Amino acid sequence: MDNRQFDKYNSIPASKFAFASGVDTSHDQKLDTKPVGYFKDAMRRFSRNKASVVAAYIILFLVIFALVGPYLTSATYQNAQVTDTGLMRYKFLPPKLFNAGLGFWDGTQVKEMNQANYYRYLAIEQETGHKVIIGEPKIIVDNMGNTMYKIRLDQYTAVDNYTITVSLEQYQTIMDYQDEHGVQIILPTVNRSKFNTQDPYCASTDISIWYACDSFKGIPTFAKDDQGNEILDENGNKVFIPAYQTIGNDFYVSEQRLPNDPGRAVMERYAHIEDEQERMAAIESDPEWATRWRYATTTGNSLTGFSYVLRVSQYEYFQYLYDFEPRFVFGTNAQGYDIFSRLAKGARFSFIFAIAIAAINLTIGAIYGAIAGYYGGVADLVMERITDILGGIPTTVTTILFNLHLAKHVGVLGALIFAFILTGWIGMASSVRRQFYRFKNQEYVLAARTLGAKDWRIIWKHIFPNSLGTLVTGSVLVIPGVIMSETSLTYLGIINLDSPTMSSIGSMLSAGQEGGAMTHAPHVIFFPALFIALLMICFNLFGNGLRDAFNPSLRGTEE
Amino acid sequence: MYMLKYTIKRILLMLMVFLVITTMYFVLIKLLPSAPATMFGKDMELIEARRELLGYNEPILKQYKYYWFGRTSYTFYELDENGEKVIKKDENNKTVYEQVPRTDKDGNIMYYVDSDGNKLNIKNEVTTDPLEYIILTKDKVDPETGRKVPVYVTKTVYDKSKIPAGREYVKENVGGIIRGYFGISEAMYIGTDVWDIFMSKIPFTMAVNLYSIFISIPVGLTLGVIAALKKNKLTDHIISTGVMVFVSVPSFIYAFLVLYLLYFKLGWVEATMDATQGAWSWRGFTTMIPAILSMSFGSIAGFARYTRAELSEVLTNEFMLLARTKGLTKAQATLRHAMRNAGVVIFPMIMGEFIGILSGSLIIEQMFGIPGVGKLYINSVQAQPAPDYNIFMLLGTFYTFIGLAAGIVSDISYGIIDPRIRMGAR
Repeated sequence: MDNRQFDKYNSIPASKFAFASGVDTSHDQKLDTKPVGYFKDAMRRFSRNKASVVAAYIILFLVIFALVGPYLTSATYQNAQVTDTGLMRYKFLPPKLFNAGLGFWDGTQVKEMNQANYYRYLAIEQETGHKVIIGEPKIIVDNMGNTMYKIRLDQYTAVDNYTITVSLEQYQTIMDYQDEHGVQIILPTVNRSKFNTQDPYCASTDISIWYACDSFKGIPTFAKDDQGNEILDENGNKVFIPAYQTIGNDFYVSEQRLPNDPGRAVMERYAHIEDEQERMAAIESDPEWATRWRYATTTGNSLTGFSYVLRVSQYEYFQYLYDFEPRFVFGTNAQGYDIFSRLAKGARFSFIFAIAIAAINLTIGAIYGAIAGYYGGVADLVMERITDILGGIPTTVTTILFNLHLAKHVGVLGALIFAFILTGWIGMASSVRRQFYRFKNQEYVLAARTLGAKDWRIIWKHIFPNSLGTLVTGSVLVIPGVIMSETSLTYLGIINLDSPTMSSIGSMLSAGQEGGAMTHAPHVIFFPALFIALLMICFNLFGNGLRDAFNPSLRGTEE
Repeated sequence: MYMLKYTIKRILLMLMVFLVITTMYFVLIKLLPSAPATMFGKDMELIEARRELLGYNEPILKQYKYYWFGRTSYTFYELDENGEKVIKKDENNKTVYEQVPRTDKDGNIMYYVDSDGNKLNIKNEVTTDPLEYIILTKDKVDPETGRKVPVYVTKTVYDKSKIPAGREYVKENVGGIIRGYFGISEAMYIGTDVWDIFMSKIPFTMAVNLYSIFISIPVGLTLGVIAALKKNKLTDHIISTGVMVFVSVPSFIYAFLVLYLLYFKLGWVEATMDATQGAWSWRGFTTMIPAILSMSFGSIAGFARYTRAELSEVLTNEFMLLARTKGLTKAQATLRHAMRNAGVVIFPMIMGEFIGILSGSLIIEQMFGIPGVGKLYINSVQAQPAPDYNIFMLLGTFYTFIGLAAGIVSDISYGIIDPRIRMGAR
């Protein structure tokens, strides 16, 4: 090589030189994204699974329903005892979300009935002032030649009126309530002797019949004018002849009276008198006052004290008792309880129970599985046999036996918890054990042991965090299983958690089948069934999504 | 060889586990207080006597021994005037023992009385203690119903010299599980052999399960295969969604739907099973349809899901490509190569399902009024006034056995189907 070639480099002035590091930049791109950890990656992959995300939201919604639902019905109603208040009268009310008249979810049902029954409902409507018959009746003639009415009834207002027996204070309270709210709770008492006693229908003790009827079939006698034509009211309806009692002192001091009550006319006649005593005197001196309708009868005698027998309008009396207008979104069950709040309570119980069981089983299973898996050998063999034995016992049997043995000491719930824990942790333990078998011979464990780490430290600090993903998925998947078993057990009646203030989904399902409820009140079974079905589907979807997200081997295979 | 050793090991372990569980059952159920015999309102003396003989007043473990190995019994012979045993032969030339009848055909308890009408015990002494004067015989056959009424016999060993003239006894062991005798029902069907009760119920459980399997296996497999072959197409999406729904939703929800639609709305089926003509009759089958349908949905979905998952995994294997390359049609390749490999997982599942036909579904049986064993099981524990120990024990051990056996059968069948899997090999 010629030296002259390099000569030109010898003459490069020093000023042309510069430090390479100062001007040059690395051609490697700096990482501007954050590192993605295991859980973050799982989260990201989970959120790509649309079905699982939707399922997660539905589960969230159901959980919110379970937490909020129990407070949405009046507490007085929820805590009412069947025997105290005759809640049974409000049994099997259909679900009502909208006002009556929509034909769907409005608390109405189409019923076919004979003429007498049709007029009976019409009379309830006229007496209470609440719409009972929605829309026009369809009149059909059946094979026997009978005229039948097909009408859409508002089941909430169609509940029969009934009598109650109260003390003087209660009577006073009801009258005060009437005046305060301007409603007519107390209805006039009926004089049965006005009825044709030959007619079995009208002479019956049916408390809703307040009108005269003399036809053989129980069809009411309508008011007629002098020519013998039936009078029609302003709505074009025939006018019932009231058969109310008029004589006797009823101690009725409320301002509220039925529109056609002669007493009301008298009261209105003297309403202009300011002074109360003068007005009362004027009213009582009016001859027509004696024909006013009677609102209560008394029972008892001066020794035992008097009780007042009142005939009440059920719709108003309900509001007086429970302080809300009846509108049960999911309807009521055979005992008259609100299905919505009971379902929410049952669901709340199921969720809390399942989560608690999952947590306990996770803890026991993790410790047991860790010890069995880490130490192996004889310890593992013995521990596996123990799980074999426990695993061989069907949960139903465990529950029955625990319920029989323990329920006396720790209550039904305690026995149920014991039964679920006894065998529940086995699945968790075996999955932890598998994880430990997988990881315990890995190099990092060897390294930790070489550095002098104790067994306990290796188990909890080095191996356990690696199996956490499996555990999280496992414990989420356990929850629907526990809810399912709990529902089956309560459905079969092996465990009974029912009380006026408490319920469980399983017993609601079985209640929906009893007494032919499925034919005339399918809503009793529909909502609990819908709830459990929705919950199970969503939990399965959610669990599958979670399992895939936490499975590192599926990473990057989705696209 | 591995297989054999593994199988034997598994069976031995299973027996051990089985023994422990049944012992636990026995102890737990016996810890429950038993109602006094007077609460049963009938056969009280017999119940007391039987309880005494079974050692109800003795420690539980001793009772457990009797439960397994039975107790000593004495059968009496009439003696003729020469002091010889009278041995009668029946038409099959079998010895007929002259037995003291437990009850006459009206169900009254019978015992020996003297000429004054006093009750006599085994030594021909006058007694008022029911334990002494009632002499229970073994394997008495009720002439009217043909039903066996096996009962334990007297409790004390007697000196031969004290045996009343004209009678002699033979000592033998009777009862106990080792002789296939599971005891008699003590609360629900008082006096009936629990094995007979069990055998009269099991056909119903088997019938409903079998019918359900015969529907669900072909339908489930077909749906699974279709879904796997059309993976990620519309067909697959529809099938997979359906499978998802039906796998998740509990079977009693379908049961409600089936009942509501087919019975209440359409009136095609009957709500509960008509068991009068037996489990395998046509009438039994037609009235069982709602139950069969309710049970099938879940199984169909389960089979379809497994088949789809397995088959779609197998279909991605390279040997499938080879199979197509060598000229097989898609159908041939799927049937001969893919299905066979997928079968490794599917077949044990079917096996498990077949074992499961005996166990029955508590809920479905309860809902559709099928008189199967599931219902019997719950009722036996909840029976009033006392749990029916023997029914519970029989069914408890039976269910446990089925559960354990199903595990072994499906494990072993893996090895049989797939030669590559050697269970228990190191």
